[in-house]
Amino acid sequence: MTLYQYIPKKIGKIQFALLSPEEIRKMSATKIITADTYDDDGFPIDMGLMDPRLGVIEPGLKCKTCGRKVDECPGHFGHIDLAMPVIHEGFTKLIKEMIQAICRTCGKVKLSEERIAKVRAKVDEIGDISYNPFDFSSYAARVRADAMGVGQCPYCGETSRKITLDKPTTFREEGHKLTPKEIRERLERVPDEQLFLLGINHMVARPEWMVLTSLPVPPVTVRPSITLESGDRSEDDLTHKLVDVLRINQRLQENRDSGAPQLIVEDLWELLQYHVTTYFDNQTSGIPPARHRSGRPLKTLAQRLKGKEGRFRSNLSGKRVNFSARTVISPDPYISINEVGVPIPIAMELTVPMRVNEFNIEQARGFVSRGPDVHPGANYVIRPDGQRLRITDRNKETLLEKVVVGYIVERHLMDGDIVLFNRQPSLHRMSMMGHEVRVMDGKTFRINLPVCPPYNADFDGDEMNLHCIQGEEARAEARIIMRVQEHILSPRFGGPVIGAIHDHISGSFLMTHKRMLFDSEEALHILSRTSYRGPLPEPDEVDANGVEYWSGKKIFSLILPDGLNIEYPSSIFTTEEESEEEDSYVRITCDEEGRSHLLSGPIDEKSIGAFKGKLVEKIVRDHGTERGRQFLDDVTRVAITAISLMGFSTGIDEEDIPEEAKQRISETLDEAEARVDTIVQNYNAGLLESLPGRSLKETLEVEVMRTLGRARDRAGQIASRYLGLKNSAVIMARSGARGSMLNLSQMSGSIGQQAVRGERIQRGYQGRTLPHFKVNDLGAQAKGFVKSSYKRGLKPTEYFFHSMGGREGLVDTAVRTSRSGYMQRRLINALEDLKVLSDRTVRNTSGVIIQFRYGEDGVDPARGVRSDAVDYGDIINNVLKEAI
Amino acid sequence: MPKFNVMANHLVPRHSVMTHDEVEEMLSTYGIDRTKLPKILINDPCARAIGASPGDVIRIERKSPTAGTSLYYRIVVEERSVP
Repeated sequence: MTLYQYIPKKIGKIQFALLSPEEIRKMSATKIITADTYDDDGFPIDMGLMDPRLGVIEPGLKCKTCGRKVDECPGHFGHIDLAMPVIHEGFTKLIKEMIQAICRTCGKVKLSEERIAKVRAKVDEIGDISYNPFDFSSYAARVRADAMGVGQCPYCGETSRKITLDKPTTFREEGHKLTPKEIRERLERVPDEQLFLLGINHMVARPEWMVLTSLPVPPVTVRPSITLESGDRSEDDLTHKLVDVLRINQRLQENRDSGAPQLIVEDLWELLQYHVTTYFDNQTSGIPPARHRSGRPLKTLAQRLKGKEGRFRSNLSGKRVNFSARTVISPDPYISINEVGVPIPIAMELTVPMRVNEFNIEQARGFVSRGPDVHPGANYVIRPDGQRLRITDRNKETLLEKVVVGYIVERHLMDGDIVLFNRQPSLHRMSMMGHEVRVMDGKTFRINLPVCPPYNADFDGDEMNLHCIQGEEARAEARIIMRVQEHILSPRFGGPVIGAIHDHISGSFLMTHKRMLFDSEEALHILSRTSYRGPLPEPDEVDANGVEYWSGKKIFSLILPDGLNIEYPSSIFTTEEESEEEDSYVRITCDEEGRSHLLSGPIDEKSIGAFKGKLVEKIVRDHGTERGRQFLDDVTRVAITAISLMGFSTGIDEEDIPEEAKQRISETLDEAEARVDTIVQNYNAGLLESLPGRSLKETLEVEVMRTLGRARDRAGQIASRYLGLKNSAVIMARSGARGSMLNLSQMSGSIGQQAVRGERIQRGYQGRTLPHFKVNDLGAQAKGFVKSSYKRGLKPTEYFFHSMGGREGLVDTAVRTSRSGYMQRRLINALEDLKVLSDRTVRNTSGVIIQFRYGEDGVDPARGVRSDAVDYGDIINNVLKEAI
Repeated sequence: MPKFNVMANHLVPRHSVMTHDEVEEMLSTYGIDRTKLPKILINDPCARAIGASPGDVIRIERKSPTAGTSLYYRIVVEERSVP
């Protein structure tokens, strides 16, 4: 290795230019003439595609051009001299424009001298102001368009002829075919000093170089052949393509030189054009892609770069990483939201570099002495000279003696280390957060449930990735800005994205709604899992036997931070009048000592739920992320313990309703159907009056939909009258834990109208949806109204309509995800280089201002309150409370 | 055809051409030169309505529900620079 490889250089300028045939030959290490690669003994043939002068790919050999070994020799280009010129596929559009812009005989650009002088001035001006290549190219395109429109050469008077382009590479002049040779000759005639009119810098390019006379052959390092296990050689796709080019080139040359008929030469010429075109881009429209013997299309130059699997997106923008792990996730409600459970085998594979100093040398030696197979051990030591030594059971004693200050020990991942944890698709910044490690038994990553919403994770087999941080700066950043607790409030809407879900909400609701009482054993059990340290407060109730009871509200109050003053309606809130009776309005105030008390209302989704929890939001905002994390950990544990103590289950019999209710529901639905029938009759009789802006048919549909929708709601209302808060399913729906009242009314009442494309079901046979109905029946049943409930079961026709609606939903989600994914990608590509500076302006990487103040108001939505920097209402509230 | 004044519409924010001194002051507060300003085309209806010419800087005063009034500046250009 030579020194120059280590000297960093700054790129000052990049210039794109065309390669001239002379340049191609000059940079070529050898001319390639034979299509064969290796001879019978397996040695590369001289002047073949695997010529040893093109670089080395086999270890041990030296490059014939530069004398360096594998990995040191960068490879060297060769070249093929084409028997006849061919068009470069990438420039066809430009060639067409240029051919049209220049005179077909004298070769001058068809613009008047005054116009040329103006263009000259403009070009100089652009160069002075911005030197933006886009400015040049868009201006040059307009100048070219002007010249293309001129019908007669202002210099020699030749009239222009119409040029058409037969995709991909055939040019015709008023029907007569132009050969690449003719095109090249015409382009050659354009004088150097006129090239700027075509948008070409004559210092670095000539238009005729877009018609190839020689083809560079990339070094073998670019197209390495692989030796299969069987000993056979398998060549790269590019090599295959170059073989094709060479074969045809050779035949074309022979035929031409021996004076073969024009027809044959032309055919071969076209074939050569085809091979060169597909060599550049095998997906050129208008020609069939070149295929491998197996029928697979070849991956040629453009395919290597393009698309998701191309060089840019796959290798340059995206790289594979070390120190990462992936496995299935499962829940653990007893670790903190900040933590992640890591299985021991993973903890012993991932390592953290630990620089040995005089303070930690004993610790470091401890890791080394335990070696790679005992948990808090180490896998490698790195000497101060950079040499990595693997620790094995056999050498750990000798290594132990060597470890001194200055060594780096790569120790196993341990409790408390901070790692990055991620679930794909990574749609927002909360998709990758910093977690503290907890090494555990088992084979899965463990996460606490409140962090599921930001990751959008569940445990039906989801896998997640973990990245072990290697540097001190990264570790500090992860701890300070990426830790889970720093992301409780979302920058999207300023509310919490991390919060209680499912059973946490049912549990805290059951515990805190109305006056749920617990005896001392239960109360202590619930509190034992929280961070609360202190005695039980005064009991709320003492019964005749002297047994003391505490209310759920009082127990819950113990985990609240001090100094809270907040009130809001809970999820079960209906009306002001009923809120007292229902206990549905949450009031939390603090006493003289500052301790907070839950005075009324249940703690449900509106308080602690992810996306909705006002209480979580308030605590994080006023008491900081650390207290917020502690509160979330405490609430979820209290809720889980409470729900386990009280017991909670649900089944389909929860949707049972009394016979009389069923009777009433069916009457309501029958009535609605009858009403629909009348509407249809009116429609058929021409008595229906159309709504403004709607046709008669549309009016009918609207009326019917409205009637049936109302009937479904009525049925649901009747059903829910029998489903009170004693019902577990109702508790879950009303408290916001899971499901909705609509789900319940569909189970016990009626499923309702099925829709495809937002309309009643219309498709099927002529004039009817299914053979079960009469032709032109517009009634409720015939167009997809499902009268039955899920509990009762669906009739065959209803089942069919329901499947139609269900299928539309599935297709919609599938289509939506792919479409929104692409939209997101475009959005991110457009925004990725923007950042907010310390003066609150938003600028891109070239320093252009995008916004003069971030979001017009300079407020971080995650820190402000509903887009205000300060929560005025809250401040007033607090002052008023204090005044009383 | 009667001439339509876009500036009269209540949804169109106030556009005004800045004086040279104002521009210099604004540029120095942001520590930038003219090339770093957002652009507005000379044939933009608002730019035409206030009679701006290339090189002028236009101040746009937008009403914002959260920020009261927010200021934005654009430099008048003759043509698009990116294709």
